[in-house]
Amino acid sequence: MKTAPTRLESTAMNIDRSVLPGEKIDFGRPMLRIFGQRIDMRVVMTVGIVTLLALACGFAGLMLGKFSLTPGEVFQGLFGQADRRIVNTVVGEWRAPRIIAGIVLGAGLGVSGAVFQSLTRNPLGSPDIIGFSTGAYTGGIVTIIVLGSGYISTALGAIIGGIATAALVYLLTWKGGVQGFRLIIVGIALTAMLNAFNTWLIMRADLELAMAAATWGAGSLNGMGWSTITPAAIVTVVLALACGLFARDLHTLELGDDTAKALGVRNEPVRAALILVAVALVAVVTAAAGPIAFVALAAPQIGRRIAKAQGTSLLASAAVGALLLVGADLIAQHALGDIQLPVGVVTVSIGGIYLIWLLVQEARKAK
Amino acid sequence: MTVSVTPSSAKEDADTGRTSGRALLIKRTTGLITAVIALVLVVLASLAIGARDMPVTEVLDAFFAPTGSDDQLVVLELRLPRTVLGILVGMGLGLAGGLIQALTRNPLADPGILGVNAGASFAVTIGIGFFGITSINGYIWFAFVGALLTTVGVYIIGSSGPTRTVDPIRLTLAGVAMAAVLTGLTKGILLTNERAFDSFRSWDVGAIAGRDFGAVTAVLPFIAVGTVLALALAHSLNAVALGDDLAASLGTSVNRTRVLSILAVTLLAGAATAAAGPIGFIGLMIPHIARWIVGPDQRWILAYSVLLSPILLLASDVIGRVVMKPGELQVGVVTAFVGAPVLIALVRRKKASGL
Repeated sequence: MKTAPTRLESTAMNIDRSVLPGEKIDFGRPMLRIFGQRIDMRVVMTVGIVTLLALACGFAGLMLGKFSLTPGEVFQGLFGQADRRIVNTVVGEWRAPRIIAGIVLGAGLGVSGAVFQSLTRNPLGSPDIIGFSTGAYTGGIVTIIVLGSGYISTALGAIIGGIATAALVYLLTWKGGVQGFRLIIVGIALTAMLNAFNTWLIMRADLELAMAAATWGAGSLNGMGWSTITPAAIVTVVLALACGLFARDLHTLELGDDTAKALGVRNEPVRAALILVAVALVAVVTAAAGPIAFVALAAPQIGRRIAKAQGTSLLASAAVGALLLVGADLIAQHALGDIQLPVGVVTVSIGGIYLIWLLVQEARKAK
Repeated sequence: MTVSVTPSSAKEDADTGRTSGRALLIKRTTGLITAVIALVLVVLASLAIGARDMPVTEVLDAFFAPTGSDDQLVVLELRLPRTVLGILVGMGLGLAGGLIQALTRNPLADPGILGVNAGASFAVTIGIGFFGITSINGYIWFAFVGALLTTVGVYIIGSSGPTRTVDPIRLTLAGVAMAAVLTGLTKGILLTNERAFDSFRSWDVGAIAGRDFGAVTAVLPFIAVGTVLALALAHSLNAVALGDDLAASLGTSVNRTRVLSILAVTLLAGAATAAAGPIGFIGLMIPHIARWIVGPDQRWILAYSVLLSPILLLASDVIGRVVMKPGELQVGVVTAFVGAPVLIALVRRKKASGL
């Protein structure tokens, strides 16, 4: 399961190779200095471009729909200045919260995935390995089936389910320390039980409730309003910034526990804090939009490849996450005419197709 | 499962030499015999216990002194096909899991990695949504074809790498990607089609109830061929576990072993999933439990998997019939609830076992 492909080599591809056969010299890449932090120019550029693309998708989302608008009308509507009252409502009240949700929650998922993949040093690492998503799904279904579908109760149920599962996995793994392989096996075992339980609940419930639970379980931005997204967005941004504070320690930890320690990072507290923040991020997103699959998994991988960054880049990952979710939501809303798909269905498909494309591409390059 | 957990065979061999090799053989054989006895007991329980309980003598009479009474009909017409199917499905999943873990050298791999479950689910969804299939027996062929085609696709992507051979990591990634796309499509269809969703959810849970002998005869040949292939490959897989280069120098064709293993996994897991729906836990976990008992020798791991998997599946099925009497809990649900605690207990007791 060790990947971490050799980024160092690819950044130095074009350098004169006459020094020694098989040996390359890396002269580094242009760096930007902000507040004493060195930031890679290519990462900055990539993040800029991807963010612009995400905003463009968001703008398209504001224009499209049953009530389609011109770009001018959208601008007017955004500031509440449109001549026709209805435009203000459509843009400001109906469509804007959904777009904001796509961008902010997508970025949140990207950051959380990046933290988990960085901490586990595994490209398949995601909040799933400690059972969070499955537990959240269980909590969500149980509340929908027992209390009926309501936003706040479902969100609460999801958060309680997710955190309880994560805590249980952690406790069952604990035996004078948490060992990686044991954590994974316990996580899988509990996830298997919960999955079975979820399928059974869905199978026994009334068809209508079961559909509602399954739709919520796929992750959806349908019907997102300001009352939902405002608190969720604020918390997401704060937590993402908190991750940003740890970014340097995170990169140091990627070098290995011993090296990090030697470089002055207090491994255990930093790791615990990062896990806590990353889980909280997923919890907030899940509460607002349901368990959206694959963004946390794919965003760090995609971001890292297009930014050609060394190690995981939180910024690139956040930007790609935002683009993925907003773009996928655009497709989910408009691809099938009147039928609205849950966005999670689209993120899974797009992420999978991208991964296949990447594999085929690598094969072609190698020939 | 009364077999005790023994330390890793390699270590023991190194410590005490030949005599302990013999002790180990005895231990492994005793375990095997215990497992066979356990399997026979579970089969009898599966024939005797249910909505209508009956003594074992009545069950035996149904075979050896048939009178045509209601009880005997229940045994012969309902419980026998169900039990036989349980054995076949269990064997298929357990063996496929052992093979795929040996093949990818990844302890987290399960038959689903090759896209078997996702492919079968997608095809069943198509069958329900576009062809109006509604019977359990009608799903079988859709599921089987879906599983086969998906595995072929995963294999093509996974083996298209620079070396033109089957690269385990590429194979895993290809499987994950393919499964993601198909799962997305499946959900997309189901969530926009209420009727299809309704039929699908009862297949998705994984069950061996309500299948007749038609289902048994449909999957039997595939599982039989897959089992023979798997057991024949065990020796080569031992060599492959040492690494590609060493295996090649020992005269094992690494690529041929991988291709044949994938074929066996496809037959076994495809047929099992077609017959019973997606049952997740067995293929992932039974090989681990087998490995903890017998050590790293694939021949023993596969042999134990053949026996332990049907024991878990049938025991779960029997428990499912008892806990919600007169209703039933589907075996796919119970399996995880019976197996997971055992697994957690084992992983807490033992030092972690890699491959």
